[in-house]
Amino acid sequence: MYATTYHRPTSVDEAAKLASEEAKYLSGGQTLLPTMKQRLAAPSDLIDLRHIDALKGITVEGGNVRIGAACTHSEIATSEAIKGVCPGFTYLAGHIGDPAVRHMGTIGGSIANNDPAADYPSALLALGATIRTNTRSLAAEDFFTGLFETALDEREMVTAVEFTAPDKSGYSKFRNPASRYAMTGVFVCKRSDGSVGVGVAGAGSDGAFRSPDMERALAGDFTPAALENISIDPSGLMSDMHASAEYRANLIKVMGKRAVQQAV
Amino acid sequence: MAEITMTVNGRTVSGTCEDRTLLVQFIRENQGLTGTHVGCDTSQCGACVVHVDGKAVKSCTMLAAQANGSEVTTIEGLASGGELHPVQAAFREHHGLQCGFCTPGMIMTAVDMIRRHDGKLDEHTVRSELDGNICRCTGYHNIVKAILAAAEEMGSGSKVAAE
Ligand SMILES: Cc1cc2nc3c(=O)[nH]c(=O)nc-3n(C[C@H](O)[C@H](O)[C@H](O)COP(=O)(O)OP(=O)(O)OC[C@H]3O[C@@H](n4cnc5c(N)ncnc54)[C@H](O)[C@@H]3O)c2cc1C
Repeated sequence: MYATTYHRPTSVDEAAKLASEEAKYLSGGQTLLPTMKQRLAAPSDLIDLRHIDALKGITVEGGNVRIGAACTHSEIATSEAIKGVCPGFTYLAGHIGDPAVRHMGTIGGSIANNDPAADYPSALLALGATIRTNTRSLAAEDFFTGLFETALDEREMVTAVEFTAPDKSGYSKFRNPASRYAMTGVFVCKRSDGSVGVGVAGAGSDGAFRSPDMERALAGDFTPAALENISIDPSGLMSDMHASAEYRANLIKVMGKRAVQQAV
Repeated sequence: MAEITMTVNGRTVSGTCEDRTLLVQFIRENQGLTGTHVGCDTSQCGACVVHVDGKAVKSCTMLAAQANGSEVTTIEGLASGGELHPVQAAFREHHGLQCGFCTPGMIMTAVDMIRRHDGKLDEHTVRSELDGNICRCTGYHNIVKAILAAAEEMGSGSKVAAE
């Protein structure tokens, strides 16, 4: 790891003032520190976001869920309040990495990184979530812009994630057994107006995406059988040493069915 | 340079290190506590797991500066007065180690998992909770057995965890 200078601000403003093109925000460090150790990143300064109260905490009021950017995967996975209104989301958080990674890694860091194999982006797309930053609010659709790419500018900081709880939600993930990341994961939710959201992780060569075909099929009939005759086009899906695009296309269907089956 | 003060195994310690120093380096090199191992150094294997403010974390994926002001427990902090912690005793009893390299991380992960599940563990839960700890010799079987036995003993209240 190249030399760097560590900062520990206690407010969003103080953190934003420290930001520069050469500096990086540090949340759980579960992606950034391994990257720095490999010398693939060499920020001049690290701005630790784990000591800023405004970025912490989970609130659920009625069906409105707000999760601070610095909440860890483990805090989200064990939140009874979120589980009560959106159990698919707590299930997803509880299946990220391993217990030690979940104790440190945060939702803000995960979505800012937008790894194509990360889990949260699929759920936030399906739920139609809003991403709050220190300067603006963005719909999830506009926030995730491609492989490891988001709409964030260099100094912008994710402060929270918000969504309206659906009637039902479920997530099913085919884990890469070595990395624990999603080889394909599908998040489904059914809203009170009958509409359905489907987000796919780990499969798109441009990152997580929604599947309008699956959404339409499930809107009429929210059962695994409704996905039986869907065929997923493998063009635009990732092919790598772990799975071909065709294999992932089939996994999307299988994971989609399981997610619907598990949805509560 | 970072001026670090933290509590390690109940003792307040201070030291100076570079801002990029990893927690595991601080523990091993500044504090001389070499029970915490570096296995893969890529956040995968869990040999370096310690507890920071009561939670299991990979000390190769945290800066010492991030842990400044925290309470850290390492494998050396588990036994009390010459008596092994119930998880350590169970690993010995059930042959939960062969070469021993992964053992400190396994035990720190086990203590954390038993506490989070209030001692109520089954084999499936133990195996999935060990996702982040790699062992190359035991085949995991006896590790799982040791953790289940320790959970049972700790749950029955016959021994109180030394932490
Ligand atoms: C062994 C292992 C297994 C894993 N398995 C999975 C998995 O199964 N699924 C999965 O989804 N992820 C997985 N991860 C990644 C993990 O979830 C990380 O925690 C996450 O990707 C990054 O979150 P972080 O808080 O650790 O961010 P950091 O590593 O601290 O930061 C990541 C990036 O985001 C930026 N950043 C951080 N916070 C903010 C913010 N608030 N605003 C703007 N930018 C910010 C940083 O500058 C950096 O560029 C795994 C990681 C490891 C080590």
